[in-house]
Amino acid sequence: MADMFACAESRSGSFRKVAFEAVTAARHAADASGGGKVTVLAIGPPGLSAKAAELGRFGADRVIVVEHAGLARYSPEVFAATAAVQLQPGSFRVGFFSASAEGRDLAPRVAAVLGVGLASDITAFEISGDAVLARHPVYVGKAVATLRLTGTPALVSLRPGAIAPVEQARTPQVEVAAPALDPAAARVVVTELAQRAAARMDLGEAPVVVSGGRGLKSAENFKLVEDLASAFGNAAVGATRAVTDDGWRPSSDQIGQTGRLVSPALYVAVGISGAIQHLAGMRTAKVIVAINRDKDAPIFKVADYGIVGDLFEIVPPLIEAVKRARAEQQ
Amino acid sequence: MAFTGVDFYQMDGLLSEEERAVRDTVRAWVDEHLMPIIGDCYIEGRFPKQIIPGLAELGVLGANLPEEFGCAGLNNVAYGLIMQELERGDSGIRSFASVQGALVMYPIYSMGSDAQKKQWLPRLAAGKEIGCFGLTEPDYGSNPSGMITTAKETKDGWVLNGVKMWITNGSQATVSVIWAKTGPVDDPKSIRGFIVPTGTKGYAAKDQKGKLSLRASDTSEIHLEDVHLPKDAILPKSGGIKSPLSCLTQARYGISWGAIGAAMACYDEAAQYSKQRIMFGKPIGGTQIQQVRLADMLTEITKAQLLCHQLGRLKDAGTMTPQQVSLAKRNNVNMACDIAREARRLLGANGILAEYHSMRHLANLESVYTYEGTHDMHSLILGQEITGIAAF
Amino acid sequence: MKIAVCIKRVPDTEMRFAIASDGKSLDPAGLKFDISDFDGYAVEVALRLNEQHGPGEVVVVALGPDALQETLRKALSMGVDRGVHLQADPVPFDGLAIAGALAAELKGQGFDLILFGRVATDTGNGTVGPMAAQLMDLPCVTAIAKLDIAAGNGTAQRELEGATETVGFPLPAVLTIDEGIARPRLPSLKGIMAAKKKPIESRPAQLGPVHLTVEKLEFPPERAAGRIVGEGPEAVAELIRLLHEEAKVL
Repeated sequence: MADMFACAESRSGSFRKVAFEAVTAARHAADASGGGKVTVLAIGPPGLSAKAAELGRFGADRVIVVEHAGLARYSPEVFAATAAVQLQPGSFRVGFFSASAEGRDLAPRVAAVLGVGLASDITAFEISGDAVLARHPVYVGKAVATLRLTGTPALVSLRPGAIAPVEQARTPQVEVAAPALDPAAARVVVTELAQRAAARMDLGEAPVVVSGGRGLKSAENFKLVEDLASAFGNAAVGATRAVTDDGWRPSSDQIGQTGRLVSPALYVAVGISGAIQHLAGMRTAKVIVAINRDKDAPIFKVADYGIVGDLFEIVPPLIEAVKRARAEQQ
Repeated sequence: MAFTGVDFYQMDGLLSEEERAVRDTVRAWVDEHLMPIIGDCYIEGRFPKQIIPGLAELGVLGANLPEEFGCAGLNNVAYGLIMQELERGDSGIRSFASVQGALVMYPIYSMGSDAQKKQWLPRLAAGKEIGCFGLTEPDYGSNPSGMITTAKETKDGWVLNGVKMWITNGSQATVSVIWAKTGPVDDPKSIRGFIVPTGTKGYAAKDQKGKLSLRASDTSEIHLEDVHLPKDAILPKSGGIKSPLSCLTQARYGISWGAIGAAMACYDEAAQYSKQRIMFGKPIGGTQIQQVRLADMLTEITKAQLLCHQLGRLKDAGTMTPQQVSLAKRNNVNMACDIAREARRLLGANGILAEYHSMRHLANLESVYTYEGTHDMHSLILGQEITGIAAF
Repeated sequence: MKIAVCIKRVPDTEMRFAIASDGKSLDPAGLKFDISDFDGYAVEVALRLNEQHGPGEVVVVALGPDALQETLRKALSMGVDRGVHLQADPVPFDGLAIAGALAAELKGQGFDLILFGRVATDTGNGTVGPMAAQLMDLPCVTAIAKLDIAAGNGTAQRELEGATETVGFPLPAVLTIDEGIARPRLPSLKGIMAAKKKPIESRPAQLGPVHLTVEKLEFPPERAAGRIVGEGPEAVAELIRLLHEEAKVL
């Protein structure tokens, strides 16, 4: 029987989905150990304690809320000092953080303050004797390591989306605590938090590339491709040579043998048959999705996931579904 | 998918850290700055002038000449690797660098006065001056000693007359190293080199049109009509046909390496294509005929690499002979022609498109086969070396 | 300004690679090594700051085996002034052990900025920078995509999920650099020659305690390519589910 600790990430006074993932993981670990308690730390602006029940929904037994008017935005030094105080060695077996932008900043600081080990960006874990075994992608995702993490508490940060939140409702005991460091004394200060407009990203750098081919039939219809890219929020728009040759898109958008060579995390080919010249420019993408009406099109040979059918019927609902999925994560 | 080279015999282990670093840097530069534009330049028949400042900043121009003249001071193996990487992009671009370094900077460095070196070399290294080399004439290609361009000495300098042809960089050059006879036309010992600013009155260059090879490179005719030069335009240490031939030895040395680059580009393209192109339900690379092609290519490239490596070490030791350079130029360019052709064939119909590189290399290499001593002339040079009897 | 850049020598995994017979490391045969991608951006940021703010000193520091010196010299050939080689073979997987060695080396040396790449492309941990900052008790901003330094203070931007954070901090500070901030320059050929004459100090790394080790290394299971999720708009929901749960890209 071992007690677990989780750090619940919030933004602008609301818990993020990754917070529920961390609580779920802690609950699972506590149950697997024979029924320990799950303590969750939530740091944020006044009013956060009213939402503590949300953490109970995913299995928190106890919620420590640190509210302060100076903590409306993330404050790395205050958060790290506070988490370290709450996570004092001796009381918890594992501390769960999120490998989100905030969690990747926070967890290493806490580990350094406590002098304990941290396995970051893990996708799965189990507690085995005196060690935590964790799965972690290495070499830019080309291999997967099983890591052995020793010491107590062992800290891990969970890759967002790796562990689906599971509801296991309880009524948590809510305690309010003070920050371990006066926010006014922090050296590093977040002065602004701005929602990012869906900026057009460069093809070479965008994690998602949405590309269109002749199947779109006209330059005007490329709006579907653009809208799908916007829905992802972190996507660039590409095109096949046929499309740039016809002037539907600028030649700088061309992906292929003579155009840009891209290897995004996700490549969505819309109305692209998959000529070998095009494949040469995108086949190293980590995940390829293809939408095409011809089930024998070569693009389906390299696609991880394909939908056969009329793109004009498929893309509009896909845009909506992507928007919904993205909204859930923010 | 950056180009990662071909190194079946772990030749990397024979290179020093600096040599590898130089090679990798030029390779990355070619990937970044040349590969995206070379296809279009070739089709449009233009040299990509915009790359000159970048090449100069990198330090490619005259890279094996000393640092005191603004050059990188590299050894000859590193210089050869630069030529290899440039020609992996395009023979025309390598030709540009060969002419600037081996045919313009080298003669000024080895035959020029201190004043000429100080005046010209740093500006040529920085790409602020572009040079060309005027030796070949319409009727005197393989036999340059027969040239009819003359330089008559006057009271205050020289007057040049004649026509030069097949001059790489000719139209964009700001300075030209012109070879001319200062004595009677039947006296090859009177051949001397002259530094001619191309703005000099009576000097005119015009593009040679209609090329089906080296289309991303300038090739020009140069007309010299009563071109008046000051006394100090002559390269003081030049004398006889040996002088321009010594420049050609430098350039041919670079070509021997460059050909490996073109061959590697074609082999790499063919090998990748053979794994991706599906025919009869399997990659064409799984067929015996293509495997034989690829095995032949890899074998010939590996042999050429070993040849050039030792040639470079000999050049650095100061013991390299022109005949050894002839052997390497003859072998390597010929093997590159063969590989480019076989790669183009392996690529099938796609191989005729400029989207792929093999046919461009194939067309380029036909010029490289012919220039800087034709394949046949190098056979005769080796024949003379073996038998002691000149066949030309 | 005096700037340190902590870099890592990592295998180039653009190329094909194999797992060694111990089942927990890479087969060294044919591997090429280079500066980790994000660390290259950090070197470029340091060089640009040095150019903008007048001549100071840029130092690269790294842990590794003797072969690391080649990687350090690459940074020197880009324009860095000197290198420090902390001997460690192998380099531990544990970020805290590495951070301990770097903090011991860098603390009290008068650096205005200590830069790291956001994450090393081999371990994918992204922990050493903030850990070292904590050990040295220096202000730290991670994963910055934009940076301004003026009058002893800095302003940085960090990209969060769907939002951008602007962060102010005083110098000296530790920063970790995200890609895209400044494309690393190629070394010039003269720079490569000059690098031979620049100093590299070498001494044993004072590693911190190790809590995290690699138990096993394997390739991810190959996805079956050419999988048709379904036909028509009805397949959209299943596609979203697979992208989210299986491919984990949404």
